[in-house]
Amino acid sequence: MDLLRFITCGSVDDGKSTLIGRLLYDSKSILADQLAAIERATKGRDDGSVDLALLTDGLRSEREQGITIDVAYRYFQTPERKFIIVDAPGHIQYTRNMVTGASNCQLAIVLIDARHGVVEQTRRHSLIASLLGIPHLVVAVNKMDLVDHSQDVFSNICIQYAELAKKLNVGEVTFVPISALNGDNVVDRSEKMPWYDGPTLLHHLEMVELSNDTNLTLPRFPVQFVIRPQTTELHDYRGYAGKINSGTFRVGDAVTVLPSGQTSTISRIEFNEADLPEAEAGQSVILHLADDIDISRGDLIVASDNQPTVTQTVEGMLCWMDTKELKVGSKYVLQVGTARTRCSVREIPYQLNIETYEQVEDVESLKLNALARVVLRTAQPIAFDPYSVNRTNGGAILIDETSNVTVGAVMLEGEVG
Amino acid sequence: MDYLDQLESEAIHIMREVAGQFERPALLFSGGKDSITLVHLARKAFRPGKFPFPLVHIDTGHNFQEALDFRDWLANSLGERLVVRYVEDTIREKNLREPTGRNATRNGLQTFTLLDAIEEFEFDCCIGGARRDEEKARAKERVFSVRDEFGSWDPKRQRPELWNLYNGRIHKGENVRVFPISNWTELDVWNYIRRENIALPRLYFAHDRELLLRDGKLMATANGVIKPEPGDEVVTRKVRFRTVGDISCTAASESEADTLDDVIAEIQATRISERGETRMDDQLSEAAMEDRKKGGYF
Repeated sequence: MDLLRFITCGSVDDGKSTLIGRLLYDSKSILADQLAAIERATKGRDDGSVDLALLTDGLRSEREQGITIDVAYRYFQTPERKFIIVDAPGHIQYTRNMVTGASNCQLAIVLIDARHGVVEQTRRHSLIASLLGIPHLVVAVNKMDLVDHSQDVFSNICIQYAELAKKLNVGEVTFVPISALNGDNVVDRSEKMPWYDGPTLLHHLEMVELSNDTNLTLPRFPVQFVIRPQTTELHDYRGYAGKINSGTFRVGDAVTVLPSGQTSTISRIEFNEADLPEAEAGQSVILHLADDIDISRGDLIVASDNQPTVTQTVEGMLCWMDTKELKVGSKYVLQVGTARTRCSVREIPYQLNIETYEQVEDVESLKLNALARVVLRTAQPIAFDPYSVNRTNGGAILIDETSNVTVGAVMLEGEVG
Repeated sequence: MDYLDQLESEAIHIMREVAGQFERPALLFSGGKDSITLVHLARKAFRPGKFPFPLVHIDTGHNFQEALDFRDWLANSLGERLVVRYVEDTIREKNLREPTGRNATRNGLQTFTLLDAIEEFEFDCCIGGARRDEEKARAKERVFSVRDEFGSWDPKRQRPELWNLYNGRIHKGENVRVFPISNWTELDVWNYIRRENIALPRLYFAHDRELLLRDGKLMATANGVIKPEPGDEVVTRKVRFRTVGDISCTAASESEADTLDDVIAEIQATRISERGETRMDDQLSEAAMEDRKKGGYF
C-alpha cells in the first residue's frame, strides 16, 4: 500500500470542509465519539442538522470566529491507499498557509462552486499549486445539486478552467462533478449525473499514478548528521546519515561532495545495521565513502557524472510569509536541504499578481503573502537543482536572523549570470 | 515505497534533523507504545552510534508498574541513558496543590516537572510521540513546534514548515517540541509494531485485572491511585489498555485480544477513537488539549 498526500483548496463557502467530512465519513474514518462530539456542537446551532464541516474545525479560536487559521492534517485509508489530507484555509490572507501545506503534496483538489464557476480564488489556488509543482490536479466542481446536476454547467466550467490552465505550468488535470453535501460522486457514484462517466473523486485518489512523481535520475543526498561511535570496536567508523532527496545511489558509484567539490566513491550503504547494494529517493540511510575526506552537516553528496547547479547568485520564485516587509538589500539565512548560509536580496525582477498572473515590475519591497521573482546573493555557494526539474532538491526557506522565524519559501530556478 | 517505509523514513529524517540542529535534545519517554516506537526509530536513525539524546521520563507517580519495569528494561538493554524526574518532587518543592475530587489526575502537573527538567538540563529540544490523528489541536501543530520559555504553544504564531526543511533556530530559553510520528495514525503505529516485531508491555494485551467500573469506564485499581467512591463497582474483567499513561486518566477496554494480530483486528473494527475510549483528560472540555498545550503540555 502506498501513500498519497493531497491538499484541498477552497473555502468553507465552496464546501471544502463538507467535502473533507464527506470523504472521512463515507470511508468510515469518523468514529462514533467524534461524530457524537460534532452532534453536541451542532446542538448549539439553529438548523439542527449534523454539520460534517465541523469535523475539520480544530481550535476553539477558530470555532469562535468561524474560520480556519492554520493548516490541519487529516488521515484516512482505504484498502488501496493511505491518505494524508492537508487542509489549508482558502482566504487570501492565508496564502502562506496554502504554500506551506502544498509543499509536500502530490495532488491538489481545487474546489469550484458550480454556481459561480472560475473565480479569483480559483485562479489564486491554481497558481500556487502550479508554483509548488504539484504534479496532479483535480478540479472538483461542487454543489452540482444547486445547478440541477447540469452537464452544460459542468462542461462550461471545464472549458473556463482549461483556459486558465493554459497560462500556468500545471500537471495533469482531472475534472469531477460532485455534491459534497449529498455525497454525489465523492465516494459513491451519483445516479443524478448519468452523463458523467469518469471516476468518483475517491476512486481517482485511489488510482492516480504516483510512481512517476519521484525523480530517480538525479542522485542527491544531503548530509544531516555524521555518525562516529568512537568506540574500540568501531574506532574508524564514520557514516553519513541522511535521506536521499532524489535519484539512486549504488555501492561503487563515483560521488562528489558539494560545495567543496571533493570526490570519492561509495563504499557502503547501510540501513538498520545491515548493508544494502543500493538505495533510492525517499530512503533514510547511512552512506560510507572510500576516502577519508572532510564532510559535515550541510554538505550535499551527488553523483559525479550528474551534478547540480552550484552558485552564489541564484534566482527563484519567492512566497513572502512574514508581516515585516521584505526589502531589496535585506539579509536572511537561506536553508537549502541541510545547508544554511547568509544571503541578501539583490533584486526583485517582478511581483506576480496572484489573480491576473501579470508581472508587476519596479518593486522594491514585498508584503505578507506576496509572490515574486527574486535574485539572492549567498555568502557560501549553494548546490541545488531547478525546482521545476527536481522538486525535492530545489526548495529553500528564508529565516529571519533576529526573530529566527521562517519568513519565506523559495523555489530555486537557476544561476544568474 | 510502502507507506510504512515512507512514514519510517520521514520519522528517521526528523530525528536526525534534531541531532543536527540542537545542542541538548531529549527524547520524552513514557513507556507507552508511541514512545516505544520512537525509541525503535532512534535505533534505526543512529545505530551503530549512541543516541544523541537521553530518554527522559516524567513520572507522575501514578504509572503502571509494568510500564516502569518495561522502561527500565528497555533503557538498560539499549545501553542508553535514562533520566527520570518525579511529579511528586515538584509538588513538594513548589508546594503545588494536587487536584482533588472524583476524577482528579496529576496529568496536568506533569507540565511543571517537564519545564523544570528542561531548565535543569538546558534541553533545547524535546522529542515526543504525539500524533496528529489523536486530537483536533494536535492536528494543527507543526512537526517542529517552537515553545516560548513557559513552554506555551501559540497556534497563531506557528512557523511555516515547508518540504522537509525544518527550522529549529531558537533564542536562549526557548524550546522546540519535535514530533517525528506526527503523520502516523494509531493503526499505522500498531501495524509498524507488528511489522518490526517491537516488544510492548503486557498491559497492551488482554489480561485479567481488578478494576473499578465508574461511569461506564473501567479504571485500574493499581497502586490505589483511584479511590473507590459510592456508585463505583469493583469488578474483575479481561482487559487490555489501548493507551498506557497515568493510571488516573487511562481507562481499560474489555478484550480477548492477546496477540498483536488480535489487537490490530480489534482496533480496525472499533467505532471509538483512541482518546475517546481511554483518556479521561480530553473529555473535560471541548478544547481541553488546546488549553493544555498553550500551558506548556507536550
